[in-house]
Amino acid sequence: MINLKINNIPVSVEPGTTILEAARQLGINIPTLCYLKDINEIGACRICTVEVKGAKGLLPACVYPVNEGMEVFTNTKKVLSARKTNLELLLSVHNRKCLSCARSGNCEFQKLCNDYGISDEDAFQGVKNEYTIDDSAPHMIRDNSKCVLCRRCVAVCRKWQDVGVIGPNERGFLTHIGSAFEADLGDVSCVSCGQCIVACPTGALQEKDCTDKVWEALSDTSKTVIVQTAPAVRAALGEVFGYPMGTDVEGKMVAALRRIGFAKVFDTNFAADLTIMEEANELVERIQNGGVLPMITSCSPGWVKYCEHYFPDLIPNLSSCKSPQQMFGAVAKTWYAQQLGIDPKDMVVVSVMPCTAKKFEIGRDDQSAAGVPDVDISITTRELAKMIHAAGLDFNSLPDEEFDAPLGIDTGAGVIFGATGGVMEAALRTARDWLTGEDHPVEAMTFSAVRGTEGIKEASYEIGGLTLKVAVCSGLANAKKVLKAIQAGTADYQFVEIMACPGGCVNGGGQPFQPASVRNFVDIRAERAKALYSNDERNTLRKSHDNPAIQKLYDEFLGKPGSHKAHEILHTSYVARPKY
Amino acid sequence: MANKKPGVAFHDTPEQAAQLQAIIEAHKNEKGALMPVLQKAQDVYGYLPIEVQTTIAEGLEIPLEEVYGVVTFYAQFSLYPKGQYKISVCLGTACYVKGSGDIYDRLQQVLGISGGECTPDGKFSLEACRCIGACGLAPVMTINEDVYGKITPDDVKDILAKYA
Repeated sequence: MINLKINNIPVSVEPGTTILEAARQLGINIPTLCYLKDINEIGACRICTVEVKGAKGLLPACVYPVNEGMEVFTNTKKVLSARKTNLELLLSVHNRKCLSCARSGNCEFQKLCNDYGISDEDAFQGVKNEYTIDDSAPHMIRDNSKCVLCRRCVAVCRKWQDVGVIGPNERGFLTHIGSAFEADLGDVSCVSCGQCIVACPTGALQEKDCTDKVWEALSDTSKTVIVQTAPAVRAALGEVFGYPMGTDVEGKMVAALRRIGFAKVFDTNFAADLTIMEEANELVERIQNGGVLPMITSCSPGWVKYCEHYFPDLIPNLSSCKSPQQMFGAVAKTWYAQQLGIDPKDMVVVSVMPCTAKKFEIGRDDQSAAGVPDVDISITTRELAKMIHAAGLDFNSLPDEEFDAPLGIDTGAGVIFGATGGVMEAALRTARDWLTGEDHPVEAMTFSAVRGTEGIKEASYEIGGLTLKVAVCSGLANAKKVLKAIQAGTADYQFVEIMACPGGCVNGGGQPFQPASVRNFVDIRAERAKALYSNDERNTLRKSHDNPAIQKLYDEFLGKPGSHKAHEILHTSYVARPKY
Repeated sequence: MANKKPGVAFHDTPEQAAQLQAIIEAHKNEKGALMPVLQKAQDVYGYLPIEVQTTIAEGLEIPLEEVYGVVTFYAQFSLYPKGQYKISVCLGTACYVKGSGDIYDRLQQVLGISGGECTPDGKFSLEACRCIGACGLAPVMTINEDVYGKITPDDVKDILAKYA
């Protein structure tokens, strides 16, 4: 152990510990801006600067390892003044339109400026680079005038997602984050996952805000506007309203959506159950008929786009099932519109998603079962929070309300779709009953190998005389390893679940912002996933095929899973996309 | 930041392509392979257009953006080929105080390119250089081997016309 003193308090830590981590053990917070644990430890921003007795200058706490006998001071006048100067220098090239900035109130840079008592934005005046806003991508915009060059977006894109379409270009004063040959984001092989947005400390990266479109639709009396909410939204929305991370706010969320003015408040969980029916059927068919294996899930539009750009030869492995978001829209505009006796053209389907790639997905080809797009507007959890604020709702005092029937009826299998391994477990629950012809009780232990936040999980199950070897990956860098093994023929899985975002949808690019000070020390993925697994446990129905609304849908409309009609409405196609 | 794909069409010979592949093969398993590969690739082609950078990205299994980021970081790398006529404007101290910056600006304006670039027809490329030892003639620019001294921005058009 290494013994040192921080602010005169002794502490013993493992060798290799950084000053930042050692201070944390004493409950001393050292501010950071560029630092993201494990993936962006570059000591670039100099906000975490501290004084060390005997050292020549100030040292960056985030990357500096402790030494025996070290004496560290984290808040001397010299330290505070250096941090303030660093902030003033960053401000000198920053677009200070804070009032109209999407990140106002939860901007990490703004908070640091407040904390360190910046009293003059113009402390340093000089030239600023001119940037044009890049709004070419369907899901997000980049405004480099608000970029602090922390490279957190670059780190998640390269290291978590292994996509790497953004990085620092040029040098010195001209350094800016962009794509190769300054191509627009909409023209490169970005997968739309939005992890860069949640990693960004400022307003430089934002989703494309579609809340105005929703308000406009709601005010159009000729339209029936219905909404669906993805499983993971209820697990994170509460964070915006002060609830502890991992609080399930399903009931209040439903109440809020009803008060915002949606004609019906439905649940994407319903469509998740439907996805299981189709996907489990497709898997069994592929196994029995010698189809392409392993079959890989297609729920995550970021993953699907990644497959199309980077592994086009594995497109035949993708399940042909639309994602739950799209299945919901397809059923709403066919079966449900018929029930209501309205023209699908007069129905507007809004989706609330933990995801930015869903904004891309709604515009994909072959996603219009009723001849009109299955889903019209997709907003993120953050945009929903914004709408709740704009509607003047006191979220915390709303009553807990229930989803509407029939497209709001779900099972516990649907709700766990929001966590990595959830789709796999839901599919296994159904496959086991189908293949054995028995009604098995659901116990957490049965499929525990596919639960948890590990990036790659493997398991093998004997079900009804069949050995099913499965893998579950989240985060595209993890997925890449498994995909390479599939390409090389060294993996013998039958079924693989892939989610683009690490930890699955609970940690999606559309979820509420958590500052690095939280992200570095709390496992957001695990905390939010807890909300979903306890929601599953509370549910009396926990297997997709037990969902009465799903049974009714097949009886009245689709026939059986994999039927011709089911294929027309619930399945889709993919297209190889260029990597460069 | 505008898109920076050069307007000059890229042509490579089978020999150049084979050389590039050999360079990548020789370095691909080394740590820090990108710098030597870029340096040698530029020796082969004279510059590093998107086609060459893409081949390098594929060969080294790294993102194209990472390659481009390094190319634009170092002044030694060029995204643009040299023109048939290579214009160099001295921005050394003596020339600069005598107004060579204005000449450089005027050239960019007349040619419609920025420093470091080449006109789409491949005729003129423009770059700034440091002192060429002709301070007595300041401000100075050169076009290939021809030296022009004591010039003003208004002379630029007539000088370029000689190479039309």
